[in-house]
Amino acid sequence: MDVEGEVPAAAAAAVANGLGSGGEEASPAPVSAEQLDVEAYAAQYSGRTRLARLLFVADRCGVEPMQLEALRMAYDEIKRGEDVQLHRDVAARIKGRLGPRYGLDQAWVDNVSRRADQRKEKLENELNGYRTNLIKESIRMGYNDIGDFFYAHGQLSDAFKSYIRTRDYCTTSKHIVQMCMNVILVSIELGQFAHVSNYVNKAEQTPDSLDPIIVAKLRAAAGLAYLETKKYKLAARKFVDTGIELGNNYSEVIAPQDVAVYGALCALASFDRSDLKSKVIDNINFRNFLELVPEVRELVNDFYASRYGSCLGHLEKLKPNLLLDIHLREHVETLYMDIRHKAIIQYTLPFISVDLNTMATAFKTSVSMLEKELAALITDNKIQARIDSHNKILYARHADQRNATFQRVLQTGNDFERDVKSMLLRANLLKYDYNQRNGPRKM
Amino acid sequence: MESLEALVAHIQGLSGSPEEVAHLHSLLKQADFDSLRAHAATLVPFLAQLSPETHSLGYLYLLEACATSAANLTDFGGGDFLVTVADFLTKCSADQIRLAPDKFLNVCRVLKDQVMQLNMPIRGIAPLRAAVRKIQASPEQLTPVHGDYLLLCLLAKQYKAGLSVLEDDIFDVDQPKDLFLYCYYGGMIYIGLKKFPKALELLHNAVTAPMSSLNAITVEAYKKYILVSLIQNGQVPSFPKYTSATAQRNLKNQVQIYIDLSTSYANGRYTDLETFVHSNAAIFQSHNNLGLVKQVLSSMYKRNIQRLTQTYLTLSLEDIARSVQLDTPRDAEMHVLRMIEDGEIHATINQKDGMVSFHEDPEQYKSVDMVDHIDSSIQRLTALSKKLASIDGNMSCDPAYLMKTGRDRGRFDYDDFDTVPHKYF
Repeated sequence: MDVEGEVPAAAAAAVANGLGSGGEEASPAPVSAEQLDVEAYAAQYSGRTRLARLLFVADRCGVEPMQLEALRMAYDEIKRGEDVQLHRDVAARIKGRLGPRYGLDQAWVDNVSRRADQRKEKLENELNGYRTNLIKESIRMGYNDIGDFFYAHGQLSDAFKSYIRTRDYCTTSKHIVQMCMNVILVSIELGQFAHVSNYVNKAEQTPDSLDPIIVAKLRAAAGLAYLETKKYKLAARKFVDTGIELGNNYSEVIAPQDVAVYGALCALASFDRSDLKSKVIDNINFRNFLELVPEVRELVNDFYASRYGSCLGHLEKLKPNLLLDIHLREHVETLYMDIRHKAIIQYTLPFISVDLNTMATAFKTSVSMLEKELAALITDNKIQARIDSHNKILYARHADQRNATFQRVLQTGNDFERDVKSMLLRANLLKYDYNQRNGPRKM
Repeated sequence: MESLEALVAHIQGLSGSPEEVAHLHSLLKQADFDSLRAHAATLVPFLAQLSPETHSLGYLYLLEACATSAANLTDFGGGDFLVTVADFLTKCSADQIRLAPDKFLNVCRVLKDQVMQLNMPIRGIAPLRAAVRKIQASPEQLTPVHGDYLLLCLLAKQYKAGLSVLEDDIFDVDQPKDLFLYCYYGGMIYIGLKKFPKALELLHNAVTAPMSSLNAITVEAYKKYILVSLIQNGQVPSFPKYTSATAQRNLKNQVQIYIDLSTSYANGRYTDLETFVHSNAAIFQSHNNLGLVKQVLSSMYKRNIQRLTQTYLTLSLEDIARSVQLDTPRDAEMHVLRMIEDGEIHATINQKDGMVSFHEDPEQYKSVDMVDHIDSSIQRLTALSKKLASIDGNMSCDPAYLMKTGRDRGRFDYDDFDTVPHKYF
């Protein structure tokens, strides 16, 4: 289980068929982004998301061989599909660096475009025919086909519109769910996560009980939507509730390894200790996901067992690869920061005094850096403690309730007095209709 | 037309009982228009025949007529006239002069103008303080003399003298200008005494007073309000919702540079703030606010050091200097020392190791003084609450108010007439 990251490219496809195949997360000690095995990574996904991810990796990795490898795979993949625009795009990005075989293939483009035009015309004619005959089911199928067609050709917003139109012609729950799944798929690619949440809700509200796979897919999609809107706690809830039935069935959106990583990171950043225990570690369902990515499982256990040094070490190792993830990239820094803060807070919580030297070793950092972090957390009122910078000891601070109450009472009294006085003055001014008039003096 | 001699005789004869004084008042009013104005130049000798204490009203009329003629003032040679007026203001009888407040205020104004012209504001302080007390019907009333008095205190740098007037809370206001000047000058006096919370209170009143058009006093008051807020609290509160719409809409446009200053302050970087202040020093100077701006600048150190006390138990002077952006540990030591002396932080400096230990507030709230302090606060607040309740009661009985709320409330029930109306509102 621990070696998949390094599997040679040829074997990757074969391994990727099984659930146990590791993603980039499982690669042992990936120090830099170079360690990411593009081929194994891409094998986890199918459909357009594979292309999107490959291009994302090519954009962000900053290492030329890897970039070319990603682009080459994307090029091959596109050739199997029908997205002409993407083909031109990738060919332009390769700039002939991969030899003549990977240039712009004008003949293929023309061929595909011509066929696409014919097919589009045919589909539209069919649809018009169905509409004149008012056969509901056929109209739905017609729109669906057109949606699929647009999706395959990369015209996402047109595909989105077509899928939405099928809504009026849905007759059974199954149709509705299908429509929702299509819309969710397109919306995720378009980056419109508000739609994702909406349609997940819609699908979950259908009266018939849903297939467990569908349920798992919906959970994962909802989790993604929350993740993108920075609601990490809700995202974590959705991810840890995702059923193991998900398997490789949703590879056009998300791989099970991703569920494990996203879920674990969001949970660490947002759950408290008891939630972490009950919803993540003792969650048999989610444990299955964690088994896929032993690194992440270890770091969750480390965090819970307060082995923060090793936990943060694991996190650092994962970071370069997470930065290449299309969905997580934006959130890595925030999540890491939150996890680190939580770790520091949790470390200090049980003690009356903490030796900063010991703590710095535990967090694998220097005393002065740790002091800065602690100072920031104390200023934000997240840790109730004060630092003895001379002896490098952190003392927990126990607020004196009595003094604090006295202070607050006096303060409230003063505020009240001031407010009432100025209120009375203003009331009097209004009463005499004062308002800057220039009338004669009364006195 | 009566001769002046006859008038003086009337004054001497009719200054006893209130009825006589009222009669005299009508005579004087009549005389004021013809004989007094016409003979203004010759009045001076007659003043000597009257006593300021017993013949206050007549004395006032003559004095006012004298004061309005410029020739007289020079005749008096400046000094003598001031003595006469000051003498009158301190000795006159409050009951009599309140019959002719216009005249009295005129005299006060002439006194103020005179001392300012002579560049001796300190000479006007005592007479005007007496004048304030004489003309006030109650200590809660604001008179036009208040503003002049405070101005003289400011010019003479006798801030403490201003307190005697400022410590009474005012509620009755006649002219808006009086209130604005009172608040503005009062605020400046408290600033001079470094009593910033009090200053804020007064400036706040000037800024939030009802107004239908913006006035220059409010603008100046708001500038100072921003600066004092920064010194005292480190931030400028937004307008409370009772602020007049005019002020809310227009005030900020008038004081853009001060808003910029507070934004720069909020960023917390001393060097940025310093450059900002230096590059705009000329503007602040022209507003006569440069001194306050400099205090804002140095308050940033204090605020940062105070924040450190929340975070650290001990900290080396070097670290303090670094985190509050002071140049040397020596500077940091001076700042900390000054703050300890001013009671702004509780700390001890260990010069041997260059360490500062911060302590908790040693106040235990069980000393006799503290109990007294708390007790007096409670007394003040109960008195205030009573006042509030009585005003609320009056308001509930106010016919206009009842008309307005009654309409919303619908028809009265018969039961309502049995009890005190305000219980139902």
